[in-house]
Amino acid sequence: MKKILVANRGEIALRIIRTCNEMGIETVAVYSDVDKEMPFVKEATYAFRIGEAPVSQSYLRADAILEVAQNQNVDGIHPGYGFLSENAHFAKAVNDKGIIFIGPDPDTIDLMGDKIVSRKTMIEADVPVVPGSAEGTSTLEEAIRLAESMGYPVMLKASSGGGGIGMVRCENEQALTKSFGSTRARAKAYFGSEEVFVEKYIQNARHVEVQVFGDHHGNLVHLFERDCSIQRRHQKVIEESPSPNLSEHVKQRMYETALKAASAVHYKNAGTIEFIVDEEENFYFLEMNTRLQVEHPVTEQITGLDLVKWQILIARGEKLPQEQFEIQQSGHAIEFRLYAEDPKNFLPSPGEIELFQWDQSLGVRVDLGYESHSTVTPFYDPMIAKCIIHGSTREEVLNKADSFFRDLTIKGIKTNAPLFRGILKDLDFQKGNYSTSFLTEREIIVN
Amino acid sequence: MKEITSSMAGTVLNVLVSNGDEVVAGQEVMMLESMKMEIPIESQVVGKVVEVKVNIGDFVNEGDVLLTLE
Repeated sequence: MKKILVANRGEIALRIIRTCNEMGIETVAVYSDVDKEMPFVKEATYAFRIGEAPVSQSYLRADAILEVAQNQNVDGIHPGYGFLSENAHFAKAVNDKGIIFIGPDPDTIDLMGDKIVSRKTMIEADVPVVPGSAEGTSTLEEAIRLAESMGYPVMLKASSGGGGIGMVRCENEQALTKSFGSTRARAKAYFGSEEVFVEKYIQNARHVEVQVFGDHHGNLVHLFERDCSIQRRHQKVIEESPSPNLSEHVKQRMYETALKAASAVHYKNAGTIEFIVDEEENFYFLEMNTRLQVEHPVTEQITGLDLVKWQILIARGEKLPQEQFEIQQSGHAIEFRLYAEDPKNFLPSPGEIELFQWDQSLGVRVDLGYESHSTVTPFYDPMIAKCIIHGSTREEVLNKADSFFRDLTIKGIKTNAPLFRGILKDLDFQKGNYSTSFLTEREIIVN
Repeated sequence: MKEITSSMAGTVLNVLVSNGDEVVAGQEVMMLESMKMEIPIESQVVGKVVEVKVNIGDFVNEGDVLLTLE
């Protein structure tokens, strides 16, 4: 592979371009009108405009992206995360043009993209799933009957949903009745299918996921876990590895189960098995993400591996670079997602970043999408950078994070950095004692 | 004539009132989407909707008039 098109924007496009540079691979960036001055466009070997700002007129335009890919004679397309990364039609269209889609087989994307089908696949493979409906629910009466059989609270979810959109927790029948219509409408609007299903809501759960990698020669390995329990509105905010306060034997069983799940679908390239862990450390399959995750740097920091490089090596047919016993974890890493939003009311805060700087001497990895003088526009997600802090112990990481966020300067827009300073002061967070309800159930002091 | 303006730049996701509707202060009249977030727009005043100035899917800037009331 000598030339790769990056079908994405922002920090992940830049992140992929950097690994390609190191591997001596040329890169082709595609961009919308408002992204012309973004760092990823400047860093790419070649860059082409694909349309106007709204995603439907640019980053979701498979035809426009494929046209650039063909004109530029690229060997592969890296989809990043979001946008077209889990679109099986796109992956197939890429492969049909004789270009390598850097990711799993289109059939696998299709299978894992539907929550009901993926649940069935996992049940058949003897992987534990969250108690819930085996089929999609089309009527409210059926949803109520199912909810009663498993007991409230329940989660009502869009079958083809993702990214935390199209899911709502229902405490009782009234809440379920109230949310049923709007969840179906939202599922239709965002994902094109109004099918929904009901799942048992697990109280005080932790969200722990396992990174897996498969090659085209039948080999499969895991790269340990990431704890992604610090969330707001089902969107991850902080991720870390190893997961604090999780028993070693449970982690081992999770790795084995993740490999079993990936093996059931003959998984190739980078993938993530998401689990929900209850208070007794029972864990259940939630979904599989058939792409590189936003939080992959946490795994890179503790393993010393470059996951994008692995993706490219595997896509071009090579065997996994390391066997399971060679993959070691060292120290602790935490990622903080820096969002352009008001830290108090969480409303988006677009605008020009006048200044974005931090203490370089701390050795913090900052995967940025924007820099000083970049403009955050209202068209895309609000993440401006990921701050990944690595140290030999969790305590060392927390201390370094505290110094980092006290020094971090961002002018021109509001960000959630003050929220991180507040979380770092929280005693339960310091002890690693938290669940997915952490940010909704407590008052974090933001100043 | 009273106006309800957009509190931020974004895309109109849903229009929750029509011409002739009576609205009360604090009522949600529109849903915008900005940076992948749903932003409800509430009326600050009581009144009757005279004209909805935008359609679902339109892009609006901060300060744009969304609807007028009397």
